Amino acid sequence: MNTQGKAFKYGDNVDTDVIIPARYLNTSDAKELSKHCMEDIDTSFVDKICAGDVMVAGWNFGCGSSREHAPLVIKTCGTGCVIAKSFARIFYRNAINIGLAILECEQAAEEIGAGDEVFVNFDTGIIENKTTGKTYQAQPFPPFVQNIIQKGGLLASIAAEKKG
Amino acid sequence: MGMTMSQKILAAHAGLESVVPGQLISAKLDMVLGNDITTPVAINEFEKVGFTEVFDKDKVAIVLDHFVPNKDIKAAEQSKQCRCFAGCHGVSHFYDVGKMGIEHALLPEQGVVTAGDCIIGADSHTCTYGALGAFSTGVGSTDMAAGMATGTAWFKVPSALKFVLTGKLAPNCSGKDVILSIIGKIGVDGALYQSMEFTGEGVHSLSMDDRLCICNMAIEAGAKNGIFPVDEVTIAYMKDRCEREPVIYEADEDAVYEKTYEINLSEIVPTVSCPHLPENTKSADTLTHIKIDQVVIGSCTNGRMEDMETAYRVLKGKKIADGVRCIIIPATMQIYRDCVEKGYVTAFIDAGAVVSTPTCGPCLGGYMGILAAGEKCIATTNRNFVGRMGHVDSEVYLASPATAAASAITGYITPYKEG
Repeated sequence: MNTQGKAFKYGDNVDTDVIIPARYLNTSDAKELSKHCMEDIDTSFVDKICAGDVMVAGWNFGCGSSREHAPLVIKTCGTGCVIAKSFARIFYRNAINIGLAILECEQAAEEIGAGDEVFVNFDTGIIENKTTGKTYQAQPFPPFVQNIIQKGGLLASIAAEKKG
Repeated sequence: MGMTMSQKILAAHAGLESVVPGQLISAKLDMVLGNDITTPVAINEFEKVGFTEVFDKDKVAIVLDHFVPNKDIKAAEQSKQCRCFAGCHGVSHFYDVGKMGIEHALLPEQGVVTAGDCIIGADSHTCTYGALGAFSTGVGSTDMAAGMATGTAWFKVPSALKFVLTGKLAPNCSGKDVILSIIGKIGVDGALYQSMEFTGEGVHSLSMDDRLCICNMAIEAGAKNGIFPVDEVTIAYMKDRCEREPVIYEADEDAVYEKTYEINLSEIVPTVSCPHLPENTKSADTLTHIKIDQVVIGSCTNGRMEDMETAYRVLKGKKIADGVRCIIIPATMQIYRDCVEKGYVTAFIDAGAVVSTPTCGPCLGGYMGILAAGEKCIATTNRNFVGRMGHVDSEVYLASPATAAASAITGYITPYKEG
């Protein structure tokens, strides 16, 4: 699996309150929620994002609330992958569980610029900045996590195991 | 290799003699929790995959607390979905309006969680129950759905940070000042993926409400969980309250910690986290020039009885400053009732405050105290991110109930001084 698109760049500690403000959480409809993705720090994100684009951020991406609505709206907007220096643990877990591709790679997160064209191969963890020609190797997921992703998320993997 | 307290609880629930940091395990759960925002997403996932029953109707807790009494039609629909699911599956720990409270104040109060438990909750502040000596951590809705269906969850065994507490808090300081100071010291990702284990002789001087508050904000340092050892204070709290027999775990003497911090409680001062991150801490007495528009005393962090007692002690016979709105929210119906019976509610109203039934409302910018552009609020809540309590240009300062109440009287950020 892979994705290619332009980079949207953010800083450290992007929290789930700015990814999807709680004032909209009176619904669990992902399409409706995704209209407000990132709006408290980037009002133009929703209009500019195209399928396959890549979000690039600093340390502790997705900190704060456990709301799964956060990775869900990022995915629903069409984001192909989030690359960050590190992820807050609940966001990391939620992203795996719902099948949003995320990669930890400090150097890529540091060097990729806003608007750069980025190609990501999830199987190998290789990130290629097409604009600068630089490539990066992200931390691969442990096999246990890869299995969840391959099965299409946590619940699908549990259901598959039950069926044997 | 010795194990930490968290590692021991996880090993026991995974049916293993020992575990090591980084190990992936599947652990049995004693309680799976959700609220009116996260449970609907979990229900959708649960049903989509075709699960038809919960693993144990006594080990699932659904608490309507974020937007109740419902703030609008959509919120009402979400509550209705939770209500239907709880009824359909016979969920015994379902808390609706009239019975509900803010989940992390309610479950310990009602004895639904106990020492030695392994708990997940689809709410980041589920780490609160570590105060009782349980392993308890926040997860998302899909994990909640899987937990409800299977009674298990996968975990990567965390390494740990050790916080050795000594001394005793000054009378105008509380658990909130301790945890804000710690977050100020280690940062909002200072404990990322790790346990925060509190120990030392200073622990015994902390009340249960202080410990619940400290563990509650472990997530604000990025931690997987916070945990206190079980002592006579915990045992007295759990007696005749908890529905399951407590199991007491202790860290091994040779347990390995990534880092050890010494915290002298007698050196803690009234502390405030400035916008827009909980790690931006300052001593309250350096912020007395900051004029405030609103005060919120409540939330899963500081809506417990001791917090109400503190607010009463500070506000009794005083008046809220002109131009300041003061909102007080007892966290559970029991606390609310106690505040009425003890005359606190009358004193709060006489001071010019409003008193709401339990809700998470303002803490997450849901309702009941939304801020306009440029407004500043001092709150006993747990997050001060951009837009957390309303407009993106509003500001939230996090503080203890004593500091928040003292600030309500002066209209400026003010540390409380006895007398």
